[in-house]
Amino acid sequence: MEWETVIGLEVHVQLATASKLFSGTSTEFGAQPNTKANIYDLAMPGTLPVLNAEALRMAVKFGLAIDAEIGKTSVFDRKNYFYPDLPKGYQTSQLDFPTVGKGQLVIDIEDGSQRTIGVTRAHMEEDAGKSLHEDFHGKTGIDLNRAGTPLLEIVSEPDLRNAREAVAYLKKLHSIILYLGISDGDMSQGSMRCDANVSVRPKGTTELGNRTEIKNINSFRFVEKAINIEVQRQIDIIEDGGKIVQETRLYDADKNETRSMRSKEVANDYRYFPEPDLLPIVIDDAYIESVRATLPELPDIKKQRFQDQYALSEYDAMILSSDLSTADYFEEVAKACGDAKLSANWVMGDLQASLNKYEISISENPISSEALAGLIKRIKDNTISSKIAKTVFEAMLAGEGDADSIIESKGLKQVTDTGAIEKMVDEVIANNPAQVQQFKEGKEQVIGFFVGQIMKASQGKANPAQVNQLLKEKLSSKKK
Amino acid sequence: MIELGLAALSRALADGEFSSVELTQAYLQQIAQENSDLNAYVTVCEELALSQARAADEARSQGNAGPLTGIPIAHKDLFCTQGIRTACGSKMLDNFIAPYNATVVENFIKAGSVTLGKTNMDEFAMGSSNETSFYGPVKNPWDRSLVPGGSSGGSAAAVAARLCAGATATDTGGSIRQPASFTGITGLKPTYGRVSRWGMVAFASSLDQAGTMTQSAEDAAMMLNVMAGLDLKDSTSSDTAAEDYTKDLDKPLAGLKIGIPTQHFSEGLNADVEKCIREAIAEFEKLGATVKEVSLDNSHLSVSAYYVIAPAEASANLSRYDGVRYGYRCKDPVNLEDMYKRTRSEGFGTEVKRRIMVGTYALSAGYYDAYYIKAQKIRRLIKNDFQKAFEEVDVIMGPTSPHTAFAIGSKNDDPVTMYLEDIYTIAVNLAGLPGMSIPAGLVNGLPVGLQIVGKDFAEAQLLNVAHKFQQATDWHEKSPVK
Amino acid sequence: MSIELGDVENIAHLARLDLTGKEKEEAASSMSNILNLIDQMQSVNTDDVAPLAHAFDTAQRLREDKVTETDQRDELQKIAPEAEDGLFLVPKVIE
Repeated sequence: MEWETVIGLEVHVQLATASKLFSGTSTEFGAQPNTKANIYDLAMPGTLPVLNAEALRMAVKFGLAIDAEIGKTSVFDRKNYFYPDLPKGYQTSQLDFPTVGKGQLVIDIEDGSQRTIGVTRAHMEEDAGKSLHEDFHGKTGIDLNRAGTPLLEIVSEPDLRNAREAVAYLKKLHSIILYLGISDGDMSQGSMRCDANVSVRPKGTTELGNRTEIKNINSFRFVEKAINIEVQRQIDIIEDGGKIVQETRLYDADKNETRSMRSKEVANDYRYFPEPDLLPIVIDDAYIESVRATLPELPDIKKQRFQDQYALSEYDAMILSSDLSTADYFEEVAKACGDAKLSANWVMGDLQASLNKYEISISENPISSEALAGLIKRIKDNTISSKIAKTVFEAMLAGEGDADSIIESKGLKQVTDTGAIEKMVDEVIANNPAQVQQFKEGKEQVIGFFVGQIMKASQGKANPAQVNQLLKEKLSSKKK
Repeated sequence: MIELGLAALSRALADGEFSSVELTQAYLQQIAQENSDLNAYVTVCEELALSQARAADEARSQGNAGPLTGIPIAHKDLFCTQGIRTACGSKMLDNFIAPYNATVVENFIKAGSVTLGKTNMDEFAMGSSNETSFYGPVKNPWDRSLVPGGSSGGSAAAVAARLCAGATATDTGGSIRQPASFTGITGLKPTYGRVSRWGMVAFASSLDQAGTMTQSAEDAAMMLNVMAGLDLKDSTSSDTAAEDYTKDLDKPLAGLKIGIPTQHFSEGLNADVEKCIREAIAEFEKLGATVKEVSLDNSHLSVSAYYVIAPAEASANLSRYDGVRYGYRCKDPVNLEDMYKRTRSEGFGTEVKRRIMVGTYALSAGYYDAYYIKAQKIRRLIKNDFQKAFEEVDVIMGPTSPHTAFAIGSKNDDPVTMYLEDIYTIAVNLAGLPGMSIPAGLVNGLPVGLQIVGKDFAEAQLLNVAHKFQQATDWHEKSPVK
Repeated sequence: MSIELGDVENIAHLARLDLTGKEKEEAASSMSNILNLIDQMQSVNTDDVAPLAHAFDTAQRLREDKVTETDQRDELQKIAPEAEDGLFLVPKVIE
């Protein structure tokens, strides 16, 4: 039988506020345990929550970015369960009236096509603390620094049909979040976390199969692997005549398997009810418009503009626009050097390769946009060839200065003096009679050999166009 | 001097008749003499009180004294007091030294008041007799075999027995008004949101409100002046401007329209209590007020709705007592679940556990709509009833409690009997309105309380109405102290 | 509405309470009485009534996103039942 996979993602994004969702404690990551946990965060008796205005603004901003309904009146609820990293014994979250309602996201699939994925809702809630399972005389240590950090939980419709689409969705979400500046989106530090609801059904049917929820997927790569392994597990069970148990499963990246989690709450009865310590959040059109006014140009719009304004291919435009820092850098380079195509090639090619090699981000990139534009200008004005440019680029990366000073100090300036090039051409022709003979016999590709010899003799500095032209003239004259 | 009320003490201190240190010592002496039997205080802060009194006298000598400077007061033991145990009547918090001050406490410190100590209360404010306290019942100073009412029984007994000039308290369903009624003092529960809840250990967040227990309405006005106001740390604190609650005290009552709810004079009301209340209302007519009947159609459902909403909120509010970060933890837990269950079962008393269970049940899957949502709908009907009544009258009056104080141990068999104690007071909390209980007579030598309910944020008017009555009568001056 | 022992056990577990046999029976009986009191609500039709969660119709105030708290860990952990190396300790949590 052919199977269809149905996936919905629940993505938790830590909002990049300075203070927690309901208290004035810092959200700083990586501090000493419990040094960022004060009386409200520890649920001391008598403490009360007050909502962080910035968290609300960020949630609304996200909602507007995905064209979602914004809840004019949204309500916080208490979700009750006991866990040592949950100090109040309830998580303050939003159930029936989330701040962000139905919206949508367009994902870019590898084959170049696009699909629209529904977003059911996005609601604000508090993060929990951390349980540290290292051995403290057989006990668990609790660090509540993270407790109360604002989260936006973004819930998708079950619109995704395979693991690659799930990754594409996650990447688009990541891109938008970084564009909006509402989170650092760092999956390795847990600022963006993904749970996947996965089920399978016979292709052509519409009824949803029993689903499992996979937790703890903390990289784009693992999302794909975890979903694929879970889909296969489910298909195997059904094909063996078994049934899928609706449950929460944990992805183990080391073993590349999912396994059943011992449920936190045996009967998952969270007893949600409206948080009496907080009043309904009421926002008006003026507020929504004031947030809308702060929306940046979003990835899809930017992509289209890159195609229109810089005549980039759809693929190049998509790659460059998917990350805001890269897009900004590209535009700066393109504007400074006046050649968008060359700029795109350099940013996506050599620059990206180097960044990958040294594992640094574009914002940590040692080559300023001005410096890269300076290099490209020298290619355009024939001071150096594209090949020499790579050498100059490496030197720039090594911090040896700007393009002009490196070209100068290393003597990499292209030879464009026709007389000098002619001399080299004549010498090479004179020294390689065998190849001249081949050329005469019609083996024209041998011209590449001559170019190579000349570039070698000139240490790459001879202008390739001139070399080609002269070679063709001189060899052709020998033919006659 | 300790027989004087707060306002009189304030004037005496201002006139230099005695110092705050002398006054404080007098109270401490009385506490030392009486408290072991009355059990009104669970913590007496002798050293702190004396040092605050000295500071108050010093401030006064430099001309920096306000009306409450140097006045010795007591706090119900659910207001967090930094460095002082805040136990909330519970074994769970018996070892809890609060790391911060409640806004109410902070306000009294700023006003230069003296903190004599923390008063006994029903555990987590759940009770109407002060018998659920981990620290044992409080005795009623009028008759020590009787309860003082609850949950603010300690504050009520302390004021009635002249163990302080005034006390803070809280009222979720009647916890200020009913004990005030039973001990012959003046109790004021302000409008929900009038006084900050920051630092007040929560019972039912949407109902809890801090107020005052004093000898008179004038005393209450002076205390409320210190307590009332916007607090940005409490999202439910009101931004309606606080007033000088003493300014309207002497306004004549001519033209005042009093509403009498038929439902508060029905079966179950003790005939002698009813007689006192009717006489008190007649006194208001003498003062120029007019009286008319009003109907609070759904008031008979207030106890039912309350015993869904309050336990539901409490069940979540009390989840934080888990033995992890503060408070009681059971001995040698074998695993996490054992720690949770034994900590909570050993740390909470029977009534608290019962309400957690009821609240958990009302919120659980399958019952939420039938109980919790239904109760919230009833809550709206009850509020609407009051709104309708207040279109016709200025204040609503009736008995605070159907009877006078009852014997310790007499109502512990069936919780429902105890819950019905608050039948006249609970609706006021559901509607968020301000309410008072003032002494209005004696039945068999025991005090009777008149409840006065006002419109939202009409505390100044309530206090005016109560004060004029107290100018015309002397019930509030009756004291159990010989 | 009457509450059975099984209900009491489920609720007690949700609320993380450990009741003895006698306490369970007492709870079943007193909760049944309380529910009878509560069930009086059902006598009124409230189909057209909106639930009221707060007594007053006001909106949530917002707090400026500012860090106002400082590190008080040592002070706050003085009252902790068990703490070590800055962590609160609990019996081993099994995932």
